[in-house]
Amino acid sequence: MADPNKVDPIHQFAITDIFSIGGEGGGFNIAFTNSALFMVITVLAISAFLILSTGGRGLVPGRLQLLSEMLYEFVANMVRSSAGSEGMKFFPFVFSLFMFVLVANLLGMVPYFFTITSHIIVTFALAMLVITVVLVYGFMKNGLGFLKLFVPAGVPGYVLPIVIPIEIVSFLSRPISLSVRLFANMLAGHITLKVFAGFIVTLSSFGFVGWLGAILPFSMTVALTALEFLVSALQAYVFAVLTSMYLNDAIHPSH
Amino acid sequence: MFGLPKLTDLIDQAQTLAGYSVRAYQGASKLILGIQMASNTTTSHDTEATNATATDGHATDATATDTHASTAADGGGHSDVFPPFDPASFGSQLLWLALSFAALYILMSKIALPRIGEILEVRRDRIEGDLAEAERLRQKTDQAIEAYETDLANAKQKAHTIAEESREAIRKDLDAKRADVETDLAKKMATAESRIQSTKTEALGHVDEIASDTAHAMVTNLLGRTAQKATKDAVAKVVKG
Repeated sequence: MADPNKVDPIHQFAITDIFSIGGEGGGFNIAFTNSALFMVITVLAISAFLILSTGGRGLVPGRLQLLSEMLYEFVANMVRSSAGSEGMKFFPFVFSLFMFVLVANLLGMVPYFFTITSHIIVTFALAMLVITVVLVYGFMKNGLGFLKLFVPAGVPGYVLPIVIPIEIVSFLSRPISLSVRLFANMLAGHITLKVFAGFIVTLSSFGFVGWLGAILPFSMTVALTALEFLVSALQAYVFAVLTSMYLNDAIHPSH
Repeated sequence: MFGLPKLTDLIDQAQTLAGYSVRAYQGASKLILGIQMASNTTTSHDTEATNATATDGHATDATATDTHASTAADGGGHSDVFPPFDPASFGSQLLWLALSFAALYILMSKIALPRIGEILEVRRDRIEGDLAEAERLRQKTDQAIEAYETDLANAKQKAHTIAEESREAIRKDLDAKRADVETDLAKKMATAESRIQSTKTEALGHVDEIASDTAHAMVTNLLGRTAQKATKDAVAKVVKG
């Protein structure tokens, strides 16, 4: 591994401070890291795009306005079909989540950019936010009736002792599956890309034959880049769809 | 054969490009290192790890990698772990995530989404309004066509009636005139006939007188003399006989 051209595939996930607020070494020290920087960039990019592109309020939309409208309708239809028209009160929430994850994933595809969603704490926090909203709204709206979520309708009584624990475990695993799915996809994709890209550099140090051999990892890198763009969009979509379905459980707890 | 020079050209170019990218990577490593040193707030190991990586990029000795590996193994400190699992960064990430996501949510729910929703609403209303207007105009057209056809039918009916009436009037007029003429003719014929009749009767009335006069004259001429009265009686007797 002591190759002169060795590439560290993990280095891209390192958190580095850009500046910090508060005293050095004191109890109060808030670091503004590269992760925070890209969170801010993500939010600014989304807001600027959506607000500026719709500034004209054109009756006949331009290209950018059309894109904003398509994003709006895409998420609105997703929420409406998953959670019903009652679920539309959560539309801004789901839309924010979808756009945040999507733009964070896509920004992460730019070389030397930091991928926020490759950190488990970020995806886990988003997943916990979703589950918290589901729990709070579920109990607020349905009271203890929300617990009917764990008792599927139409199941014979003698199966219930088996079904209820399964339902509870599946509910509890939701935040974990939701967060790990996104995190693992982004992490694995970026590591794979980096490893294959590293192969190109490594092989190229072996002279002419190495150069010929490097064509293979190079084509792999190109293909993986395309795949990673697909995964970026797909994972954002999956995250938003699952959020809508969980919200549907909060609105209509009986199956 | 002919492909070979091109291939070597390509390889040269690729080599140059790869050289750039390696240098860019090294440059970026140095840049990150510089930022870290400037900010001077990371833990000592972060710097060391990056330092090691940067040295790796630079490339000569294997010891740097070894140091990196051994520190990672020995340190056991909060930041020696795989970065995504490093709890040291959790607090800061959570804080900035909360702030940025809250900002995003507020911007979306207060500005962006209502605006897009309004645009779509206005457009839907406009389209529906236009469709309703088109429907209204279509109905109006239909009504106009219907009214036109009714008027046309009425006019035809009226024309027919007028033609019928005038034809009737003319016929009546003709009939009346013909009747007048016929009556007039009948009257004239009756007058003429009555006059013929009276003339005839008058003429027949004078026949006796003429006959007796003629007979008297003849007898007188033959006999020389005669009684007027006797001649007359004889004539009457003959006429009677």
